[in-house]
Amino acid sequence: LPQAKYKERGTVLAEDQLAQMSKQLDTFRTNLEEFASKHKQEIRKNPEFRVQFQDMCATIGVDPLASGKGFWSEMLGVGDFYYELGVQIVEVCLALKHRNGGLITLEELQQRVLKGRVPAALRRDDLLRAIKKLKVLGSGFGIIPVGGTFLVQSVPAELNMDHTVVLQLAEVGISPGKGLGTRTHSQPIPSPFPLIPSPFPAVFQEHLLKEGMAWLDTQAPGEPQFWLPALFSELYSQEITPEEAKEAIP
Amino acid sequence: MDRFSWTTGLLELGETLVVQQRGVRLSDGEEKLKFDSGVLLLSTHRLIWRDQKNHECCIAVPLSQIVFIEEQAAGIGKSAKIVVHLHPASSNKEPGPFQSSKYSYIKLSFKEHGQIEFYRRLSEEITQRRWESIPTGQAMQVNKDSQAGRIRAVGIVGIERKLEEKRKETDKNISEAFEDLSKLMEKAKEMVELSKSIANKIKEKQGDITEDETIRFKSYLLSMGIANPVTRETYGSGTQYHMQLAKQLAGILQTPLEERGGIMSLTEVYCLVNRARGLELLSPEDLVNACKMLESLKLPLRLRIFDSGVMVIELQSHNEEEMVAAALETVSEKGSLTADEFAKLVGMSVLLAKERLLLAEKMGHLCRDDSVEGLRFYPNLFLTQS
Repeated sequence: LPQAKYKERGTVLAEDQLAQMSKQLDTFRTNLEEFASKHKQEIRKNPEFRVQFQDMCATIGVDPLASGKGFWSEMLGVGDFYYELGVQIVEVCLALKHRNGGLITLEELQQRVLKGRVPAALRRDDLLRAIKKLKVLGSGFGIIPVGGTFLVQSVPAELNMDHTVVLQLAEVGISPGKGLGTRTHSQPIPSPFPLIPSPFPAVFQEHLLKEGMAWLDTQAPGEPQFWLPALFSELYSQEITPEEAKEAIP
Repeated sequence: MDRFSWTTGLLELGETLVVQQRGVRLSDGEEKLKFDSGVLLLSTHRLIWRDQKNHECCIAVPLSQIVFIEEQAAGIGKSAKIVVHLHPASSNKEPGPFQSSKYSYIKLSFKEHGQIEFYRRLSEEITQRRWESIPTGQAMQVNKDSQAGRIRAVGIVGIERKLEEKRKETDKNISEAFEDLSKLMEKAKEMVELSKSIANKIKEKQGDITEDETIRFKSYLLSMGIANPVTRETYGSGTQYHMQLAKQLAGILQTPLEERGGIMSLTEVYCLVNRARGLELLSPEDLVNACKMLESLKLPLRLRIFDSGVMVIELQSHNEEEMVAAALETVSEKGSLTADEFAKLVGMSVLLAKERLLLAEKMGHLCRDDSVEGLRFYPNLFLTQS
């Protein structure tokens, strides 16, 4: 009998707490509305503020992008910004997949998505957050750190790309000085990466070749040469053709 | 055209560039001028035109002079234009290329396109009237046509003062925003703590909590963006919101699914639905959580997750295993196919084509040939010809 009594008390306590949470939620909603009326524009227009906002949320264990129905999304409008960005990222990746096998540098992605937007309005951080959300959809979006920047993968890979291998590859062919980030479309195609003579990276290279993310030139003088189309700066400036665009729109 | 003044083209302190467009011709009303090819710049304060061939030739008009603007669509042999109606020139206007004009409007011809975006931005700036609230420091102004070549400069002190004001203003705005944000986050943190406490109680009670309470709790978590700390989902995933969403999706996706052979990847669905919505978009999690409820709500669609992790929505009537039989026929006809080739033949996305072939392989109908040249599928002769 005492146990039942204790259980009962337990029920009451939870009910109390739920009621308390409900009340606090209402208060919070009002506070957020006030905040939004003063600073909504700030978040939408100021990328630094946006990053700070996201960091603060992460610190306290809140994901403002979890749902379009969440307070943050509804009142601050943060959600739409990132969800729309997600759609654009999917479309760009789909349109270019046949060119680069589903691997693209964050820089090129940023450039393509930026078309029609004010440059200051979009940051790498925004893209990365949008991509992290896209992963949830299960179609293979991934972010691979490479030599100070990132490669964005948009196809499911049967092999799990080993980051250390990618970094090795990156170190051979890419350095911060002439690195991915500083490439402009007026620079010539970068010098190729030599085939690294060790078994582990070879498996990785094979995977890239299979997926169409890398090309092998066996007719090159000397050793066969290994290229990553994702890093071809010449391709950055090429427009997405109408055919490619059609491919992108479901 | 007599409203324009010569300018260096340098932006003043506080003035920001909004958009620029090459290949723009300026006309005085209906008359063409020698300003036939230039870069048109829109700032928060002015409209500036610089000759592409002669960079020294640069003129500007303050946005405050604009009465209203109109669009003129392109025609055969004619570029799209924006017509800008202007107030009469003020008496203390800086000297410009024309002393007088019989027109009260000018035309901007966009020979290299860009008119739509420019018009949009110009409308925005005229509406917002940012020049009224942002003070600009006039650092230097050189007057082109004056023989004496007057140079006017506000004192260094004046400039510094303006900079300081602007800095303080910006700092104040930002620090106020951050202060407010910090306070807000404190409150949010309290909510997170409370939700953890409730979640613990729920775990302890192990089923003594009512379904109603669970649903309420989940919706609170949803509003705040707090991950569900209760790992055991005794009463199904999702909230009322997701249930409604699931029903909506069933309605929206019926036709698109039929058009695409009964199956679509979740990424495709995400793009389709959000493009259609335009506003109040769904988060990826919203979509996944809603789709998880499709089957239990007995809706005519279902979520399916392949071994690879790829998620799709299928019509209930769709039978992927039957499609596999058809796929086997197709592959047999051609001898062998890659996912790309199969996708093109059948008219489906490469992602789904690959999943179908993989499923066929899993069911034993196809064999793979995995080489650097790609992944190719063959009918499984080991099975049929032994």
